[in-house]
Amino acid sequence: MNGFEALVLTIITASTPLLLAAIGELVVERSGVLNLGVEGMMIVGAVAAFGVAHVTGSPLLGVVAALFAGVAMSVLFGVLTLNLMANQVATGLALTILGLGLSGMIGEGFIGEPGQRLAALHIPVLSDLPLVGSIVFSQDILVYASIALVIGTYHFLFRTRSGLILRAVGDNHTSAHALGYSVIKVRFLAVMFGGACAGLAGAYLSLAYTPQWVEGMTAGRGWIALALVVFASWRPNRVLIGAYLFGAVSILQFHAQAAGIGVPSQLMSAMPYLATIIVLIIISRNVTLTKTNTPACLGKAFVPDR
Amino acid sequence: MRKIFGLAATAALALGLSAGTSLAEDPLKVGFIYVGPISDHGWSYQHDQGRQAIEKHFGDKVETTYIESVSEGPDAERAIERLARSGHDLIFTTSFGYMNPTIKVAKKYPDVKFEHATGYKQADNVATYGGRFYEGRYILGQIAAKTSEKGVAGYIGSFPIPEVVRGINSFMLGAQSVNPDFKVKTVWVNSWYDPGKEADAAKALVDQGVDIMLQHTDSPAPLQVAQERGIKGFGQASDMIKFAPEAQLTAIVDDWGPYYIERVQAVLDGTWKGGDTWGGLDKEMVHMAPYTNLPEDVAADAAKTEAAIRSGDLHPFTGPINKQDGSAWLKEGEVADDGALLGMNFYVEGIDDKLPQ
Repeated sequence: MNGFEALVLTIITASTPLLLAAIGELVVERSGVLNLGVEGMMIVGAVAAFGVAHVTGSPLLGVVAALFAGVAMSVLFGVLTLNLMANQVATGLALTILGLGLSGMIGEGFIGEPGQRLAALHIPVLSDLPLVGSIVFSQDILVYASIALVIGTYHFLFRTRSGLILRAVGDNHTSAHALGYSVIKVRFLAVMFGGACAGLAGAYLSLAYTPQWVEGMTAGRGWIALALVVFASWRPNRVLIGAYLFGAVSILQFHAQAAGIGVPSQLMSAMPYLATIIVLIIISRNVTLTKTNTPACLGKAFVPDR
Repeated sequence: MRKIFGLAATAALALGLSAGTSLAEDPLKVGFIYVGPISDHGWSYQHDQGRQAIEKHFGDKVETTYIESVSEGPDAERAIERLARSGHDLIFTTSFGYMNPTIKVAKKYPDVKFEHATGYKQADNVATYGGRFYEGRYILGQIAAKTSEKGVAGYIGSFPIPEVVRGINSFMLGAQSVNPDFKVKTVWVNSWYDPGKEADAAKALVDQGVDIMLQHTDSPAPLQVAQERGIKGFGQASDMIKFAPEAQLTAIVDDWGPYYIERVQAVLDGTWKGGDTWGGLDKEMVHMAPYTNLPEDVAADAAKTEAAIRSGDLHPFTGPINKQDGSAWLKEGEVADDGALLGMNFYVEGIDDKLPQ
């Protein structure tokens, strides 16, 4: 493995959890719901994945468990905000706090236990190709899932009728309701999708990124994913660019430090944030287009009046 | 509004105090503030081991409370004050960044005793304590220089504060005592605890060609990377051999239990005094985990160095030592005093990186 390959592989590892969590939240926000509980769903996914993989010895079962754990958390959010009309911002924050505490409690028995690693897929012939073999054809299942989710989401949102309905619900829930679409049902499904993605992002952390369980191991990645969605102006392709840019810059700044480039490390640590924000702002500089992309009903509760 | 709250708090405090005097057998309340979660399996985990040691030793005579994952800054002041207000008699604040909040709260609560880890500001009711972890780093330096084939170590730093800088210098002095040309590459993650970032930094260092690695951050993630990539490394704050059965050569283990028990006893006896305690291998505040995955002679030499430091025959910071720019710092045979060590903000000669200021 040469230096370039190693670098790219590390960047993919750093970007994947952000991408998974962000693409889920993008769909949630497109439907008009603001779920600030990404961090909480992610960490519960992480502990569920680690725990199940640890007990059963199968990382794949761990991934499945994380998916369900993320969905369970999001259902809680959905019931509170969509059915019981609780404030979305407050509920989302509470979900994060709940997730961090709950995962710590569940994970108490797993502290200091070495984890199971999610194995990379090996495709005969293709995986053995030079360069592309290791970068493109030897990733684990979650990396492929993250890319597939971006393409799938793009296709769904902009090329299918259901995607159009979801966007309509997010842009004007009153009209969508008047047309006979069930706003609550659409939003609930979107919220569950977001939970599943956040769960997978958590699984990636505890099974592939750093195969171990330590409390608070998400370390703010859920919040970065949330910010990515906004700066990417709710476009799946831009979320992909943003996540990889963030991953790339955070890895490159470590390389720059190790190579002894004399830039203050504090500035270096801020680089991923700066670079991502600047680039995404430049991409989204067309104000009219950005306005069209912003879900107009984002964060607004929907009460069917009849 | 604030006044009303204040009055209510005073009333509650008065009630609490009167209740306290009527029941002479009230347990001593000891509080802890941790910077990470107790399950970080590193720094905060070891402090919590110390807390548990207190509970085991004193039983019903003490009651302990802890607040974990308290970030350094305004949050810390609130958390410390919460413990002080709720009738704690002795409060341990266990991270460098709690220094100013601790001093501030201590002024408001002169009857509460405070113990601040790794700091340098004291008051009548604020004592400081710390471990001479740099003693362990010197041993790691010697081992690294003997084990590394490339002669380059990777060092993952949290923040460029004296505690960490001292560790890097001590490590290098140890390494230079074996191989004068030994090099170190430093990467700062600007966080005490972010397993993902720590792992990323570790991978970057491996990709840049280091074959031995150590960290001054709190999770086992870098060591895990060392294990995966087939290089060697050292555990930090606790024995992390489970995470890296083939990669961990040894670990610097913090042991706060004996000190914590001693201080609680002092409060119970009424002999508690402020001041500073800085214990190393000699006071058992710093331990070395078993030397593993090493040739016998290297392990034996490490044990010898450990014994020499413990007995006081060897001090890692003994001259002649030059600063990074080549200017003289310590003369031949001169030993750095604790003040110089506690405020250390420069690299020693032989380190190429620039220290972020």
